[in-house]
Amino acid sequence: MHRNVRKSGFYFAVVGLVLFSILPILYAVITVFKKQSELFDAGANPFIYERGPTIEHLLFLFTDTKYPLFLWNSLVIGVCVVAITVLLAVPAAYALARLTGRWGESSGMAIFLVYLVPPSLLFLPLFRIVVDLNLTNTIWSLVLVLPTATVPFCTWLLLGFFRSVPRELDEAALIDGCSRFQAFRKVVLPQALPGIGACVVFAFSLSLANYIYSVTFISESASRNLSAGVPMELIRGDVYFWPSLMAATAIVAIPLGIAYGLLFDYLVRGFQSAEAKA
Amino acid sequence: MAILETRALEKHFGRIPAVNGIDLTSEDGELLAILGPSGSGKSTLMRMVAGLEEPSSGDILVDNESIVGVPPKRRNVAMVFQNFALYPHMSVRENIRFPLVARKVPEAEQQQKIDWVTGILEIENLLERRPTRLSGGQMQRVALARALVRDPELFVFDEPLSSLDAQIRSQARGELRELHDRTRITTLYVTHDQLEALGLADRVAVIHEGRIHQLGTPRELYENPGNLFVAGFIGDPPMNLIDLGDTILGARPEHLLEADSVSQEEIAVDLDVEIEHLEFLGAEWLIYGAVRGGVPEGDRAPRVIGRLRQAEPPGFGTGERRRFVIRQSNARYFDPQSGERTNGPGVAAA
Repeated sequence: MHRNVRKSGFYFAVVGLVLFSILPILYAVITVFKKQSELFDAGANPFIYERGPTIEHLLFLFTDTKYPLFLWNSLVIGVCVVAITVLLAVPAAYALARLTGRWGESSGMAIFLVYLVPPSLLFLPLFRIVVDLNLTNTIWSLVLVLPTATVPFCTWLLLGFFRSVPRELDEAALIDGCSRFQAFRKVVLPQALPGIGACVVFAFSLSLANYIYSVTFISESASRNLSAGVPMELIRGDVYFWPSLMAATAIVAIPLGIAYGLLFDYLVRGFQSAEAKA
Repeated sequence: MAILETRALEKHFGRIPAVNGIDLTSEDGELLAILGPSGSGKSTLMRMVAGLEEPSSGDILVDNESIVGVPPKRRNVAMVFQNFALYPHMSVRENIRFPLVARKVPEAEQQQKIDWVTGILEIENLLERRPTRLSGGQMQRVALARALVRDPELFVFDEPLSSLDAQIRSQARGELRELHDRTRITTLYVTHDQLEALGLADRVAVIHEGRIHQLGTPRELYENPGNLFVAGFIGDPPMNLIDLGDTILGARPEHLLEADSVSQEEIAVDLDVEIEHLEFLGAEWLIYGAVRGGVPEGDRAPRVIGRLRQAEPPGFGTGERRRFVIRQSNARYFDPQSGERTNGPGVAAA
């Protein structure tokens, strides 16, 4: 009896917590399908459709705005940033993890400090570089600049993963007949795959979330990505296109939230091992 | 099978010498133990043989051919690591196959070799398991299989028994020796455990501070230690070292005898010992005592340890004074300055 009470108390708390965290998303999704007239009726219940649902806002978003283009631009930027990040951070982290002595020990923290320099401080000098390279108003400006944040962070994250792989494994592979690179690829890399997965998610979501670079480097709406394009397109003067705004963000946020959920353990593990050894 | 040789081998890390001029030649098919305390340079020596460290100077030869500068993948040296270093993302079968694939052994031959090696080590029923689901003893067998499968001409073992439970260690030791007798692959066996070195090896090299102090069979090391370090390192408890002024006398605990059992002309030294402490170890007693007479006066009374090979209690107790003697034939002498073995008081080593 006593156990049942405790158990139901536990589940009650879990359900409460889930509702609490899911409420904003639920609200957003419900709002997407609301009729304009009901939306601005202060007396209406926000969680039910008193006048029936509609998909007109979704249609508006995909046909009358550049949202599909923003989506595509963000995807291209995200994929490129992820590729650059993984290509640079994985070998850098492995090299640093195997580097012994004073330099190797403190380099992890030094790299992490680079990540802490805020973009609002960096966008001015970086803008100069983007202009000199003739990349203004193109998505390539973001492809170039966003890795400045993702590479150091992911290097630091992966450093912890690589340090947790015993050095003897590399050496066993060398003795078994591998070259340095083969030993890395066949033996070390598979142990760090969760960390790389976490890096992919992190780099991708950071490229989606960055606002300041997107707004300052790109002023042409055809080259905008989601974070800059959506507010520009769906907030006109003081008119907020609420249902379309909700749709535009939920479409991106929900899959990303699920990916974070699946990789949560690896992210935490990466942070822990990176912190413990930085 | 191969002969391993090192010539004036040195390795410095910064200004710290880890290996400080080692000349060592194995015999063909020998199990040669490298025995030393931690920090003695034995691991560095082994890693240079395996190709994981480059020597600072000197040469390493296998069958009279230098392997310095040859990357590990092109040396035919197999190594068993202290923690076994099994690849956790691969099954036991894939672990054993790994060196064959890396060395591009034809597929048909691979299976044949895996069958052969798993038969020898009796691990056929483990092949599909992951290393994380193996016991320590099983992991050791898999590590041995992975090393053996590619027919190395040289085996290098880095304390392969130290991560096993004490209960299975002696069994594993027997199995290692049996495996060596079957394969006769020249083996360098690095350990800090003298029980392993003495029990397993054909010959033992005692290494300390980057130098080899003595190379010999286990019996030679035990009966005739070449210097004070070896005398104090080999044996448990180690040799009693008694300062006689112009020379240091060494005697094994079991050679400390009660005076009435030895005739006068055989006696090398006659000690008046105050019994301080008795220890019962099952098949034997250890006697801890302080020497009160029979040696030159010093600041502190020298301590000696005796060993009585009987289960019955000795005929004396703590606090009593007894005469213990050491036979001429059991006494070993060392020079107090150099620490080297001598033939006796005032006589130079032959």
